[in-house]
Amino acid sequence: MDDAAPSPLSPPCKDALHELYHLLSGEVDDAKRAQIAEHLDECAPCAEPYDFYAELRRCVQEQCQDIAPPELLARIQAAIDHESNA
Amino acid sequence: MADQAKFAALAMEHMSSLYSGALRMTRNSADAEDLVQETYLKAYRGFGGFEEGTNLKAWLYRILTNTYINTYRSKQRRPEETDLDEVEDLYLYRRLGGLEAARVGRSAEDELMDLFTEAEVKAAVDELPENFRMVVLLADVEGFSYKEIAAWLEIPIGTVMSRLHRGRKQLERLLYDFAVSNRLTEPVSDAAL
Repeated sequence: MDDAAPSPLSPPCKDALHELYHLLSGEVDDAKRAQIAEHLDECAPCAEPYDFYAELRRCVQEQCQDIAPPELLARIQAAIDHESNA
Repeated sequence: MADQAKFAALAMEHMSSLYSGALRMTRNSADAEDLVQETYLKAYRGFGGFEEGTNLKAWLYRILTNTYINTYRSKQRRPEETDLDEVEDLYLYRRLGGLEAARVGRSAEDELMDLFTEAEVKAAVDELPENFRMVVLLADVEGFSYKEIAAWLEIPIGTVMSRLHRGRKQLERLLYDFAVSNRLTEPVSDAAL
């Protein structure tokens, strides 16, 4: 094979990238997960986007956290107390 | 069967999580507060139906999602969503993946966190059309399963997956726009990729 020619993705790479988001979402079964993990251990070009998207997911999760205002907590507590005494 | 007297002790700790979700759904704090209050009252009344030992946060989120769909969605429905033009796979990685390597002395975990502020991430999620925003919120922010989301939204699991696919790509595209406007990166022409 000519080294200079762009190589198409090998089947394991294609498979790993296809499952990327599903794996990060915990939607891949154990056998598949193990198979992909093994591939990522030996394939840096696939491991890099995995790390990137895992980090992106963590970033979005952490940045989307809000704290409920104390007044809301008090309001809800009062509404529940009112119901339970009714 | 769960005891109503235990409701507050068990359920109140999830309030910030529900409020965060409600904010992303309604996109304004007044509606989010009302939605959370309504959710807690419904949950309190129906707490007998909660099976102790199962996931209370998921149970509360199901009520939140349901209440939002029935009460708030019709109120603020936007003109129907148009897809942005085609966004290719690994869109953001291809544009920002190299940026991290170029930054020295930072732990890998902190890099993206530094790239996008809280306000930017929230603005990007809020910008998603509702159908996409709901699934991205439930799956990627809150971590619920495709199966749970399909049941709550009453749509087939295949629809959950296709909305997620498109929603995630649009989110990448919106985040990339912030990266460019923050001058973190030069706009990359498609031809250069």
